[in-house]
Parts: sequence; C-alpha cells; structure tokens
Amino acid sequence: MSGFDWLIGLAALVLAPLVGGFLRGVDRKLTARMQGRIGPPVWQQFYDFFKLVGKTRAVTTKGALVWIWGYLLLTMLAVFMLFARQDLLIIFFILAFAGACLVFGAFSVRSPYSQIGGHREIMQMLSYEPILLLAAVAIFLQTGTFKVSGIFEHGEPLLLTLPLVFVAVLIALTIKLRKSPFDISASEHAHQELVRGVYTEYSGRHLALIELTHWYELVLILAFVALFWAQPLWIGVLLALAVYFLELIVDNVEARLQWGWMLSISWAAGVGFILVNILMIELLFGNVLRL
Amino acid sequence: MMGLITKSRIKSPWIVHYCCGSCNGCDIELLACLTPLYDVERFGILNIGNPKHADLLVVTGPVNKRNERVLLNLYHQMPEPRVVVAVGACACTGGIFYNCYNVLGGIDKVIPVDVYVPGCAARPEAIIDGIVMALDKLAKIK
Ligand code: SF4
Repeated sequence: MSGFDWLIGLAALVLAPLVGGFLRGVDRKLTARMQGRIGPPVWQQFYDFFKLVGKTRAVTTKGALVWIWGYLLLTMLAVFMLFARQDLLIIFFILAFAGACLVFGAFSVRSPYSQIGGHREIMQMLSYEPILLLAAVAIFLQTGTFKVSGIFEHGEPLLLTLPLVFVAVLIALTIKLRKSPFDISASEHAHQELVRGVYTEYSGRHLALIELTHWYELVLILAFVALFWAQPLWIGVLLALAVYFLELIVDNVEARLQWGWMLSISWAAGVGFILVNILMIELLFGNVLRL
Repeated sequence: MMGLITKSRIKSPWIVHYCCGSCNGCDIELLACLTPLYDVERFGILNIGNPKHADLLVVTGPVNKRNERVLLNLYHQMPEPRVVVAVGACACTGGIFYNCYNVLGGIDKVIPVDVYVPGCAARPEAIIDGIVMALDKLAKIK
C-alpha cells in the first residue's frame, strides 16, 4: 500500500459521511417529488443525525452497543480498504461481518420486533452475499486479480464484458440499500409492520451511529458500482449516480415482497446472470481461466 | 454545538402516534397530515411508529382504565427531550366520553401534556399548528 493509497483511503473516511448524508437527503427529496409532495430539505439527514446525538441515552443492553460499534467500525474499514484499492474479496468479507454485527445486535435484546428484524436481516445477507462474492470472482476472471487497483490497471471498462454481472449487482444493491421491494428487515419510512425491525431497540446517539453507518454503506456501494467503469472514473461516477436514481424509481413503484421472493429472485436471477456471464466470457471472448 | 442540536431538534421532530381509544376521527385527520396535500415531511416530521426513536408523542382519544398503563409505558420509553401533544376534544378533556364509567378523562390525568389541540375532529391545519407550537416548547428544553 503506497502513501497515496493511504491518503485516498483516509480522505474517503472523512468525506464519505458528507456525501452519503447528502445523497440520502436527495433520496428523500426525490422520493417526495415522485409522490407529488414537496419533501424535506436535502440536508434533512444531518438535522436528524444531530438531533439524535442530542437525545438522552437509553440503553437496552450493553451488548447491543458493542455490536453497533462493530457495525460502524467494520463498515468504515471496508470503505477505507475500497478507496485504498485493496482486495475486493476481503472488503466483501468485512462487509459481511459488519452486517452480521447488526444481526447480533438485534439478537442481543429480547424484543420480538428486533428478533424478527434480525432473522430477516440474515435472509437478506443470505440473498446478496453470493451475488457479491461471485461478482468478485467474475471480476477476477477478467482482471486476473482481486485487487481493486487491478481493475484500474485493466484498460477497458468492466461493464462491456460483464453486463450481466452488473445487472446481478443491481439486484444485490436493492437489498443492501434497503429499498423496496426488499426492505424487509427494517421496514423503512412509515411502513411499520415490524416497528423498526433491527433498529427498534436503539435510540438516541446509537441510532445516529446506525445512520452514519448507512451513509458509509451507501458510498461504499456506489463506489463499487463505479468500478464497473473505472477508466475514466468520471463515467463510473455518473454510472453510479444513474444506478442510484434507478433504485429510487424502483423503490417508489414497487411494493414490498416476501423474503421467499427475495431469496428466489436473488439466487435464481442474480446468481444465474453471473454464471451465464462467466460462461460467456469463457466461450465468446475465449478468455482462458487464469487460476 | 448546543445551538446546532437545538436547531436540528426543531427541524426533525419524529412523531409516535398513539390512539387511546378514540373514535378514529382524529386519527384519520392526523394521518391526513402525511398525505401530499399537507405533506408534513417538508418540515422533517416523520411518523416513526417507535417510541424509542420519537420526539413527539401525539395522542388521540380519552384515556381509560385499560390503556392508561400503555400510555404511561410509551411515554417512559421515549428518551428526553420529549413533548406530548393531545389531539382532539377527547384527548384534551375526555370529550363526548367524559364521565363514562371506564374513562379517566383527558390524557393529562396520566401524563404531562404540552400542547392541547381542540376540535372534534381536529382539522389537519390545527394539528400542524399544534405541532409547530410543540416545536417551540422543544426548542426551549435545554
Ligand atoms: S375528538 Fe371527536 S373526532 Fe376526535 S376522537 Fe374524540 S370524538 Fe372522535
């Protein structure tokens, strides 16, 4: 890891919450516009964050706090490693463990809402993890390395040779961004059949930590999408923003599906697309497996 | 820092709505505030449905001997600073249910109320007005 990589990684850690919070605000504004409402100001997320920080502490169990800090710090580590152009596979494993922290936190209290939310979060992880890992494998087959820096050195954009992987990643994104039709673990917005699912038992500054983690997660996910057009990077950034907009539209036109649907769509369509794409690059482009 | 937090409090009040056995008239009016016509989300107001995340407790209907305990529990689950808004004649005084054998009266018999919104049913405009008044109170809490 060169000094430059360290610098980019640390800069990302500082800037990611600002960008992420702003994008979430834009999300709320656009969602409101799509529903014919005016909507909150774009920096509404920051108001929410500081309000939560200022509330009194109310802690259900100490254990949950450990897990929630784990969730934040591991996600930050993943953001750092992605921007410092480290190993994609390790980034995904760290991300998986961060997600697991959220689940353990939900399981460490005995509230039924939080427990059901935790179960559903596991279902979500079960759905998107195979897609992300197989996407990393597909990228490996193209570039010959799991390193993010390898993607930058690989001349042509990945999107041209891995279009189906990209579609599969979009399915995973919807789950990871907690958007309809797959927002089953926390029931975002005013849908309250689970109260707030995994987040039910957190309040005040600990809820603020979760919000902060979501901002990091959003930036991480969009940065991963941008990697599909890494040279030149500005096209990748535009691609990521376009994908985000697409997610918002899907979020607004879709009703929520049951977890069974989520699992079958992500495993059949998502994993299927990636496998077909891998076969395609082997057969059509005649790439030899570089194992 | 404190100024920033106070400003944020006013800009992002999250509501938990509890119906103490009202006739549902006031509940419908309260939910009407969330529709595109009134759109309270432009003030950052969210109907969050979880007392642990909420700043404002909005209660409709008269409190009775069965739900007194629930109301008290919800109130205590909300981390401070918190503000209570009583919506409708029933929540303020007991309304048409006043002096029923099972009704205790207005919700101020059980929890401290900051803002009373009269009306049967209270109109959405009046409810929004009441919530804005509640925000003034929220800003004064140190
Ligand atoms: S105030 Fe009127 S409309 Fe509201 S709950 Fe009471 S009876 Fe119903």
